[in-house]
Amino acid sequence: MRPKLSVNIGKLKLKNPVTVASGTFGYAEEFSDFIDLEKLGAIVTKTITLKPRQGNPGPRTAESPAGLLNSIGLENPGIESFLEDKLPFFKKIGVPIIVSIASESDPGEFIILAKKLDKIKEISAIELNVSCPNIKSAGKLIAQDPKATYEVVRSVRRITRKTLITKLSPNVSDIAEIALAAESAGSDALSLINTLTAMSIDVQTRAPKIASVTAGLSGPAIRPLAVRMVWEAYQKIKIPIIGIGGIMDISSALEFFIAGATAISVGTANFINPKATLEIILGLRGYLIENKIKDINSLRGSLNV
Amino acid sequence: MLQIKARIVDNKKVSDNYFRLSIEAAKIIREARPGQFMQVKVSAGYEPLLRRPFGIHRVKKSTIEILYEVVGRGTQVLSQKTSGEYLDIIGPLGNGFSMLDGRYAILVAGGMGVAPLLFLADKLVHSYPLVLIGAKTKGSLLCEGEFRRLGCNVKVATNDGSKGFKGNLTDLLKKLLSTIPACRSGRDYGLSTIYACGPKPMLKELALISSRHNIPAQVSLEAHMACGFGACLGCVINTKQGLKKVCKDGPVFNPDEVIWQ
Repeated sequence: MRPKLSVNIGKLKLKNPVTVASGTFGYAEEFSDFIDLEKLGAIVTKTITLKPRQGNPGPRTAESPAGLLNSIGLENPGIESFLEDKLPFFKKIGVPIIVSIASESDPGEFIILAKKLDKIKEISAIELNVSCPNIKSAGKLIAQDPKATYEVVRSVRRITRKTLITKLSPNVSDIAEIALAAESAGSDALSLINTLTAMSIDVQTRAPKIASVTAGLSGPAIRPLAVRMVWEAYQKIKIPIIGIGGIMDISSALEFFIAGATAISVGTANFINPKATLEIILGLRGYLIENKIKDINSLRGSLNV
Repeated sequence: MLQIKARIVDNKKVSDNYFRLSIEAAKIIREARPGQFMQVKVSAGYEPLLRRPFGIHRVKKSTIEILYEVVGRGTQVLSQKTSGEYLDIIGPLGNGFSMLDGRYAILVAGGMGVAPLLFLADKLVHSYPLVLIGAKTKGSLLCEGEFRRLGCNVKVATNDGSKGFKGNLTDLLKKLLSTIPACRSGRDYGLSTIYACGPKPMLKELALISSRHNIPAQVSLEAHMACGFGACLGCVINTKQGLKKVCKDGPVFNPDEVIWQ
């Protein structure tokens, strides 16, 4: 028996449910020495903005117990240069491409970006990054406000039929409320979760370890929180969830499926073990066979309470 | 760029807090150039979570050596590894030094900065390079014997004067460049190249010296990094051409291009 690993995310069919978290996979080229990229279920790009962004000053990363603090500040070449210089490589890989986009100051930028991407047939889906904690001008995140989330998703929904994924923030008191707002606005799926706002201090210099003082925390340290949020959202919404948060290996990936995720994204682990994604795909197959489960979709939300 | 499981051949204390690790990594050796580094997973678990970057220190037939100082959790864990164990390694990473033929090589190594420069000296030894090594005291000088055995012209500076020149390594360099005639044993200092690695203040000072004397220089920088292969964008530094990644655009930079802070 060869278990079925394919899943649907909106109109998008993935041959397996393993993808990568935006911002942790560069523009895929960086990983081509390590893994066979075509084996991935999908690839999510680094977040693209309308104009090029230099990003935040260094130091941008620091290590914490079982975690990584980062504040890159959405460094990216801007949409035009992305389409010209980075997209051709993605097209060659032959797996679904999910382009992550964000606005810098005006949420209207989401519409302009989505219109540009909507015309390109090789782009399979758009992920709305309404939850990056590292942009200074942002103030409150869109994903911290159900109304603002609804409005952004709705406005993009109106102009594209491509699969829309909304990436939500864990820096909220009620994740299900925001998840519902995105769903009712027409999002096809949710990515759960982005990083947690955090900080770390060098006690000798009394300086923050990250130049922008606060940063996003990722890695195994945040996994239990991410699993909890997937579980909470899963019970309230019908659209698929892509589980993200400290997935390092097969057992951590399985937690997310059991909590209710349809697919998962590997994030921080890509920096440490660039082969993590492929090891998880193999591990999933093994787990399903061992547990006599024919289809990964029947694992979803199978939590024994 | 490879990810391999490398067998530890040796992991021995050199002095005080300094260790030399030797691993079997024939595949990495085939691609390795001086100035490049490797990302080492020092423990299988999450503590520490990230790999640790180490410059390639020396290459023998099928082994690569790393010289490191125990400064934190990562190096502490690494120092307890013993021969026969395996380490997950990614490498070789970064750009490395460009070795300019026909120029007189001056290697400037402050403290742990000797680590990548020994590999470079090995490749440049045919040109009898000048190697300046600096440390706080005589006891913390590293690799003096190794450089001499290769056949380099070694000069030493210590801050307390317990050996060699008393003062900063950059002061020794300034003295050599000003007091020694421009031509010495047929070698013109104006046709030299400086290769340097060491603490940031030293490299910053060296940038001034190299531009004042109009000697091209290459400096190896450090920055906190998560991946080491250009994906996380964590290790940026300011340059005249904008932000650059230490891991991929570097770690070796032209000091004139760096905006020193």
